[in-house]
Amino acid sequence: METFLFEFKESLLIALRAIVANKIRASLTMLGIVIGVTSVVLMTTAINGIDNAFQNGISALGSDVLYVDKYAWFSNRDFWAMRNRRDITMEDYEKFKSMAKLPLAVAPSISSRQTIKYGENSVENVFVNGSTSDYLKTTNFTFNSGRFYSETESKSSRQVAVLGNEVASTLFPRGNALGKTIKIGGVNFTVVGVLNEQGSFMLGSFNPDKRVYVPIGTIFKYFKNRRRNTVTIEVRAQSPAMVEDTKVEAIGLMRKIRGLSYKDDDDFSVNQQEALMNNYNTVVGTIQIAGLFITGLSLFVGAIGIMNIMFVSVKERTKEIGLRKAIGAKRRTILGQFLLESSTICLMGGFIGLLIAIMLSLMINQFLPTSIQASAVIIAILISLITGIVAGIAPALSAAKMDPVEALRYE
Amino acid sequence: MNIINIEHIAKIYQIGTEKVHALRDVSLRIDKNEYVAIMGPSGSGKSTLMNMLGCLDTPTSGIYEFNGVNVSEMSDNELANIRNKEIGFVFQTFNLLPRSDALHNVELPLIYGGIPAAERKERAEQALVDVGLKDRMHHKPNELSGGQRQRVAVARALVTNPSIILADEPTGNLDSKTGEEIMLLFNEIYEKGNTIILVTHEEYIAEHAARIVRLRDGLIESDKSVEKRYIPSMNK
Repeated sequence: METFLFEFKESLLIALRAIVANKIRASLTMLGIVIGVTSVVLMTTAINGIDNAFQNGISALGSDVLYVDKYAWFSNRDFWAMRNRRDITMEDYEKFKSMAKLPLAVAPSISSRQTIKYGENSVENVFVNGSTSDYLKTTNFTFNSGRFYSETESKSSRQVAVLGNEVASTLFPRGNALGKTIKIGGVNFTVVGVLNEQGSFMLGSFNPDKRVYVPIGTIFKYFKNRRRNTVTIEVRAQSPAMVEDTKVEAIGLMRKIRGLSYKDDDDFSVNQQEALMNNYNTVVGTIQIAGLFITGLSLFVGAIGIMNIMFVSVKERTKEIGLRKAIGAKRRTILGQFLLESSTICLMGGFIGLLIAIMLSLMINQFLPTSIQASAVIIAILISLITGIVAGIAPALSAAKMDPVEALRYE
Repeated sequence: MNIINIEHIAKIYQIGTEKVHALRDVSLRIDKNEYVAIMGPSGSGKSTLMNMLGCLDTPTSGIYEFNGVNVSEMSDNELANIRNKEIGFVFQTFNLLPRSDALHNVELPLIYGGIPAAERKERAEQALVDVGLKDRMHHKPNELSGGQRQRVAVARALVTNPSIILADEPTGNLDSKTGEEIMLLFNEIYEKGNTIILVTHEEYIAEHAARIVRLRDGLIESDKSVEKRYIPSMNK
């Protein structure tokens, strides 16, 4: 053990001398590893960040909500076949609500894209969601100020609106949205509530922060024809454990309401966040593999650079190797010297790459959520160490195997 | 006791389909504190013999005993150990590490011998003082003259207190005045009781030795003790 430590220390010193002696060459070689490690770490971090953001966002939607819809969110079925389905009407919703026993809450939902204005400020393409006061119970919304629209306001289709956080902060940069009159698609609405930040950018138009909530009657009155549009029935189960039962009941009820016989296929779909999740996981999985492959490739190129330079270095120092052997260096000492040289270059490159990746991810964090994790640090160090050993082993072996007589004669 | 005892060694190289008999049948004994010059024209086998004596190579047949130990069948690692502890090499081209200073160059064999850093430094410094380079310890080879470089190499050979000093054309890359100075240094080393084997093809260099072994075509042609040439020592 002691001899091993001694040899390790001395070989490390020799390796460091060799690196210092060839500063430019070593740093250029290191650059390959730096780029490789930076990209691998950044990619892992980005994927982690996106993943976290999505998980956080989706939990805002609630894992126990079913969406009874004309269309399936993700399906292999022909879109045209679904298009020809009957619309889900408000009457369907009323019947569903009165017959359903299991759900915690049932609410209709329809949205319309509108431009929203307050004074000089405006937001385009906002999803204006119309529902009833029961809608609140299907969500986990919390309020920054004010409240959700009430049952009375909902039933009498009062022109009141609840603003998502992002919409509110755009329209009212100084706050104080409550009680103000805004224009949704040219129609006056009074703000009764502003939501806290809920979701995340990952949810896109699903993100409650970018939405506005109004009584469903106003949607039909000003923006959409009640007779020609389908609504979504949002059904919240009493608990996540009850989701399956609630789903079975929902399918049965809908078939009954629609008057389907046992031969008929469902002419509606019951969607779940789970479907969103599965779809997302497939997409992210693909990105992950592709991303790691591409970044791995850059690391591989770096490794080839190291191997190449180590071969050159061994060739160039043939005479030196001959001398070292002549004065008593053993095979394993020479092997260790060159392996340590390549691993040191790689480790240094790995550390620098890691530092750059951390700095970059802090910068990117201003726009996209990223998170450097301890695992990424360990991975980066391990990857660079392994790269060093793998890239160094062949050149180091060729050095260790040299015949001292031949090597000393080499010019 | 003999330091070196060679009995009927032969070395055959296979070059392509041809067998080259570098050494045919050589027997040689060298005692402690001898000063032997090995001479011969190129192709006589003197380089092969030197590699053999320096444990850099093993014979195809025959026995080579070094300090009573048979080295002809040793493994690479065992040979490396013998080279490290028992043999001090001095080469024609000095073979110093170009980017290391004189001190580190001299320390090198001690590193491979597993000597701790503090003792290593002390011994290397002493060896450099002994060859007259006290004030050149931290100079790199390219900051030293040819003669000084060869002195560093001699210090490196001496620092492990080897049983033999093996010098291969040590003056070949030096002008004759500097060459004489190096030979004078060998003389001093010899007078301190060391064993020196000198490989050369120059008569006036070989004249420094007390015994001259001449090789031709892989055989020993002659092996004579000679009158050592008197060198007017600069110290006296």
